[in-house]
Amino acid sequence: MTTTDLAAPAGNGFTGVWRRLRNFDLGDSVAYSITLLAGTGIFILVGVLLVELWLNSRLARHEFGWKFLFTSIWDPIAQHFGALPFLYGTLVTSLLALIIAIPLGLGTAIFLVELVPAWLSDWLAFIIDLLAAVPSVVYGLLGIFVLVPIIRSGVEPFLQSTLGSLPLFQGPAYGFGFLAAGVVLGIMVVPFIVSVSREVLLAVPQEQREAALSLGATQWEAASQVVVPYARSGIFGSIFLALARALGETMAVTMVIGNDPSIHTSLFASGYSIAAVIANEFAEATSTLYIHVLIELGLILFGLTFILNALARLLILATVRRGTVRP
Amino acid sequence: MASVGTVHSGNNVNLKSEQSVDTPQRFSLPPKPSVTADSSLRFKISGLKVSYGPKEVLHGIDINISSNVVTALIGPSGCGKSTFLRSLNRMTETVRTARVEGDILLDDENIADMDVVKLRRRVGMVFQRPNPFPKSIFDNVAYGLRINGHKGSLSESVEHSLRRAALWDEVKDQLHKSAYTLSGGQQQRLCIARALAVDPEVLLLDEPCSALDPVTTAKIEELLFQLKPSCTIVIVTHNMQQAARASDFTAFLLEGRLIEYQPTPKLFTTPADPRTEAYITGRFG
Ligand SMILES: Nc1ncnc2c1ncn2[C@@H]1O[C@H](COP(=O)(O)OP(=O)(O)O)[C@@H](O)[C@H]1O
Ligand SMILES: [Mg+2]
Repeated sequence: MTTTDLAAPAGNGFTGVWRRLRNFDLGDSVAYSITLLAGTGIFILVGVLLVELWLNSRLARHEFGWKFLFTSIWDPIAQHFGALPFLYGTLVTSLLALIIAIPLGLGTAIFLVELVPAWLSDWLAFIIDLLAAVPSVVYGLLGIFVLVPIIRSGVEPFLQSTLGSLPLFQGPAYGFGFLAAGVVLGIMVVPFIVSVSREVLLAVPQEQREAALSLGATQWEAASQVVVPYARSGIFGSIFLALARALGETMAVTMVIGNDPSIHTSLFASGYSIAAVIANEFAEATSTLYIHVLIELGLILFGLTFILNALARLLILATVRRGTVRP
Repeated sequence: MASVGTVHSGNNVNLKSEQSVDTPQRFSLPPKPSVTADSSLRFKISGLKVSYGPKEVLHGIDINISSNVVTALIGPSGCGKSTFLRSLNRMTETVRTARVEGDILLDDENIADMDVVKLRRRVGMVFQRPNPFPKSIFDNVAYGLRINGHKGSLSESVEHSLRRAALWDEVKDQLHKSAYTLSGGQQQRLCIARALAVDPEVLLLDEPCSALDPVTTAKIEELLFQLKPSCTIVIVTHNMQQAARASDFTAFLLEGRLIEYQPTPKLFTTPADPRTEAYITGRFG
């Protein structure tokens, strides 16, 4: 386009029309419409989901109200339902999973970025990404046939003999239970933490490492005191991705948690989780109230994920505001 | 490349202003730069070759760097200035493919045999782009002190370093704000303060002003002048006026070889090598 074209006022006779025609880009407007559609589509989908969950849980909500969240009775025959054992199971196993997965995943990510040659790092990261794609039922099988026996005959007796004074590590060693579910979940979410953390660590400018090293920091000091804090908000992101995954995981958990709707302080005991109870009992839910209760559990899981994510954002914002995270 | 009036890169280049460059001398004759009272040599470098993978970028550099003066490195981009500078505190080791040959003696001790952490504490570095940590101003300066197990008052040392970097007055009321709230020039002085905090004997600066405006640049040049009594300074610059203004000695590098090394006034007024003259008069590079 020439300068005279650009200088001509819009709509000025032939030149103006000609210019508008030339400026009209079909590709752009098509791309715009598609992305707009996709963008609004997501919101509509979430909206429909929420409305469905809300409407189809109304009997349960009317019957039990807020008490539902704090009741630990689960008696489908007598039509007494409470969500507490499932909330507890979901939170405890997810927490355990994070306790296992954060150090393991972050350590692996630091190892891959700071200590391993780039080509090897890429290969290892590729393999770890593959782990994230393994179906959860396979992790469940791994749990039943490998982890549960190890936990029953090795880990639990060991924990009992060393930390047995804590209420967390008491009672008979079944193998199946909170501990097994937490461990399986932990293993499942490690790849998420590694994958995302590795990306954000790789994105930390080389100058940051060099600044630390040039002050006499060791490789490890540079990584742990400079590189990781620089990448902090991205690492938080990876952790919350892992948490969201752990909260909603169904198959692997139900295969090893023992599926017992009760609350125990001991991690050796059997429990249940929200996702697991929905999957297991939906087919046998005979009454409408029972179905509505299960759907309300789905709503609670949705809300739980939402709340934890919001808390995560606040946490990140708070650290940003303290002025210690990059702008 | 040998021509009359040229310092062969294979020879040892010494720093005697009186001495003709046509008769290069050996290390055994310590040069006496007339510019400074302290005439001792800090670095003695011989046969320095650096390659990245198969590509050799420094082809055997021999140079001595005097204590308590400012030595400027000039040359067209890609000639190996940064590589040379980074080999002085073994930052070349952060590049996996880099290989360094030859001897670099710091106070007569080969740096290859030194503990790298101790070496870098003695030889500080400031980079082209300001690279403060995502921490507060205070914590940036204190970082080097903390990892080196500083004894004594941290805040006193931080203040002292900020004063030496001529930044104290501008930041004394906001020490706990993020370093990113500072302007580019302040950030660069913060990086200088951070490097000074561990009290290095040598300060290496790699084009520290290339991202800064003239006023800030002038401040940093003034700062270098004030640091001279306590610190040996090697500065890479692509700005010839800066080299002429701020340095006592200037080394001209071209394609990985040291072409000429002279007291700054001499190099800029009567360069011995036609290539130096061509470069400083802007005919190439
Ligand atoms: N990390 C590296 N890997 C490979 N080659 C490099 C690396 N750093 C610098 N080089 C090469 O070495 C040569 C000298 O670079 P450098 O020392 O940065 O020059 P200058 O600072 O004078 O511009 C250039 O050809 C550059 O491409
Ligand atoms: Mg450079």
